[in-house]
Amino acid sequence: MSTPLEHDYIGLAETSSMERSSEKISSSSSSSIPSNIEDKTTNNPSLNLKETELRLGLPGSQSPERKLSLFGKDLETNDKSNGFVGSPLKNLVSGAKRGFSDAIDGSNGKWVFAINGKSDVELGKGAVLASPRGGLDSKTNPQQVRTSVPVMKEVVGVPQSPKPVQDKKNLVPPVNEHTSAPAAKAQVVGWPPIRSFRKNSMASNLAKNSDEAAGCLYVKVSMDGAPYLRKVDLKTYNNYREFSSALEKMFSCFTIGQCGSNGDGLSESRLMDLLHGSEYVLTYEDKDGDWMLVGDVPWEMFTDSCRRLRIMKGSEAIGLGIPY
Amino acid sequence: MAYSFPDEVLEHVFSFIQSDKDRNAVSLVCKSWYEIERWCRRKVFIGNCYAVSPRMVIRRFPEVRSIKLKGKPHFADFNLVPDGWGGYVLPWIAEMAGAYPWLEEIRLKRMVVTDESLELIAKSFKNFKVLVLFSCEGFSTDGLAAIAASCKNLRELDLRESEVDDLSGHWLAHFPETCTSLVSLNISCLRSDEVSFSALERLVGRCPNLRSLRLNRAVTLDKIANILRRAPQLVDFGTGYYAAELQPDVFSNLAGAFSSCKELKSLSGFWDVVPAYLPALYSICPRLTSLNLSYATIQSPDLIKLVSHCPRLQRLLVLDYVEDSGLEELASSCKDLQELRVFPSDPFGAEPNVSLTEQGLVAVSLGCPKLRSVLYFCRRMSNAALVTIAQNRPNLTRFRLCIIEPKTPDYLTLEPLDVGFGAIVEHCKDLSRLSLSGLLTDHVFEYIGTYGKKLEMLSVAFAGDSDLGLHHVLSGCESLRKLEIRDCPFGDKALLANAAKLETMRSLWMSSCAVSFGACKLLGQKMPKLNVEVIDETEPPDSRPESCPVDKLYIYRSVAGPRFDMPPFVWTMDEAVRILH
Repeated sequence: MSTPLEHDYIGLAETSSMERSSEKISSSSSSSIPSNIEDKTTNNPSLNLKETELRLGLPGSQSPERKLSLFGKDLETNDKSNGFVGSPLKNLVSGAKRGFSDAIDGSNGKWVFAINGKSDVELGKGAVLASPRGGLDSKTNPQQVRTSVPVMKEVVGVPQSPKPVQDKKNLVPPVNEHTSAPAAKAQVVGWPPIRSFRKNSMASNLAKNSDEAAGCLYVKVSMDGAPYLRKVDLKTYNNYREFSSALEKMFSCFTIGQCGSNGDGLSESRLMDLLHGSEYVLTYEDKDGDWMLVGDVPWEMFTDSCRRLRIMKGSEAIGLGIPY
Repeated sequence: MAYSFPDEVLEHVFSFIQSDKDRNAVSLVCKSWYEIERWCRRKVFIGNCYAVSPRMVIRRFPEVRSIKLKGKPHFADFNLVPDGWGGYVLPWIAEMAGAYPWLEEIRLKRMVVTDESLELIAKSFKNFKVLVLFSCEGFSTDGLAAIAASCKNLRELDLRESEVDDLSGHWLAHFPETCTSLVSLNISCLRSDEVSFSALERLVGRCPNLRSLRLNRAVTLDKIANILRRAPQLVDFGTGYYAAELQPDVFSNLAGAFSSCKELKSLSGFWDVVPAYLPALYSICPRLTSLNLSYATIQSPDLIKLVSHCPRLQRLLVLDYVEDSGLEELASSCKDLQELRVFPSDPFGAEPNVSLTEQGLVAVSLGCPKLRSVLYFCRRMSNAALVTIAQNRPNLTRFRLCIIEPKTPDYLTLEPLDVGFGAIVEHCKDLSRLSLSGLLTDHVFEYIGTYGKKLEMLSVAFAGDSDLGLHHVLSGCESLRKLEIRDCPFGDKALLANAAKLETMRSLWMSSCAVSFGACKLLGQKMPKLNVEVIDETEPPDSRPESCPVDKLYIYRSVAGPRFDMPPFVWTMDEAVRILH
């Protein structure tokens, strides 16, 4: 185990659907990509998904390929590159505070998440929005999955079969992006024209009365330092990855200096601070009013209990129940 | 030197003129009337907060006591306007804090209100009386606490449908014991499960003039009786959860409390209803003029029973659980009905879950001679039904029909619904608001342009074939103030040909249409009195060819020029063709 092993926790290359990674990382197979994601990857060849991979390296090891990035986006690219495809990940290297076993419980598709106390500039950081998949998804090379599993086992003692992806199917909320949306048909934004207040009220009524999926579930997302907050409909995403990618899109403008004219626009020095300094952590407030790290629970459990979200500075997230 | 009346006399006469329109007309008569009028105008209504700047308002009307402001476009209600677009009230409050120390009333709709704004209000206006935040957002209960604590003469606090960061129910306790002036309190939008009920009870108990009280979900059914007994003078009441295990003593307590409210005319709330408790309302039903059951998931038979006890009903909001049978009952029992709104219980389901069709609406149109205002969600419609409705009810002034599946044709003939909506605009000569749905071609717009002379607001979705449709509307609808369009094949031609019309309207919204960036720039360049805003969350419009359509477009007239509080995804087309960002 002397070489850092690459484990793709984004689930970029699930055995069932090798979407985005197929463009960027040498892929062995590919399957249909949801059209919107596909467009973005083809338009933006500079996105390097590799850097968003969560690497299981030993403390102190580095991934030289990583470039400086925020939210996994190359800063060299101009603002044209919109929504980042794939999630930025914390590097688990260098004294990861989070128990690795916590981070990758493949059996129920947990979100991989970590707060890195030490900042590793060269390795690039982004918001700690990690993959929903258990992290045992193969990248593009199924071979790799199989080889990685035993290693994982050693490290984390997570009992896994060699093909965790398939096994998880019945345990994990559907992660496959081209699964169709739940029973209701694909929804057009803002149609039928029903106010959010009413939609949210109905959602909670339905949730109380039955297990039907309500039409939508808007929660607020705030980001420390951003001039305003956003609302997202959790029901439009099927998994953590889609969700984190959407959040990327929404909040990248705050960090990549796209907002210049507002009073709250980031100055260059502030931007550099973000790059080199603190990391972001995605947290949510649950039904009981407690603030939790996103990714601990299966996606559906998360959408059921999430009341609102906050992208907070890593430094503030200490004490959110991280074991070390 | 022939003077007319002395100024004081004119002022006195003007004080009887309350409507904005009339006041505006008065101010146009001559310079001296303009001057007198502007010094004695006490109420200002600004339909678009970006149409004018706070300074301009203050400069012209130095003695305002009451202001009403609207911010985001209507389609923001359906999440079509991205967060952060704008509509901030703080700059207004900041200016008014200095200029209007005697401001008494602030009414806001679709604006972003922060705790800072609320604190500033609390601090700045010593005689503050009325705060209405309709569909606003951006503030928390901390801001409300500031208002409660500082506003000694607060009469109205109405948060209807706003999004409040509900940090704690204790803000209610910030109303001092000396506060006895409340007339209206609407906290129905607060979502937290904790509400300081004892504080609420005490507050209600010490405000003898309280006429309107709308509680939030957290208030359980068993608490209602206590509240009502403290405020038997209520005219309008909104319950919390209207659900509990049926217990005879709770029931009789509740029924007794309701019956002691001799003035009660309007009910709402009813989150989560247990039908067995509805009869507790029977004693007041004969007096009820307004009933909002649109959050109550009760089925048709229970609804029918309730409604049949309410012969005086003028306004009913209900879910489609009411079904055609319920609406038929409504049509026979409630001859005073003026407004009906039927909301979908399962809007995203693929199949209908209730038996509500066009028949229900036809029945109501036939049976309720005073019906003026309709909002109706359903899954099928026919031209025949629409023609019947139009002929039955030429007195309709607001007709909003939402057929849930876009582009649904007449279910009988499979034709577009042009003729049906055409009949509506033709027969309902006073129609001021119309929302279209279903399969529609350019023809419907021809009808609208020809007949919709009093139409002030039109909402269009998934309709039309070509620019001709838009052209009919812009060239024909003389009274048009607000036009909102989504997912229609309307492009540059009609817009540019009718550019002048846009200055006579408050605003135009177009999203997912076919208006090119080049046309937007041209419009911005040629029409200095319009703000042309392009909204695109994915990439800047100038990163693509000019002929590419813009994602969202919002055009509004303004004397304040382009605004500067735009977020990164909004670009204003400036007259100098600088793209301001």
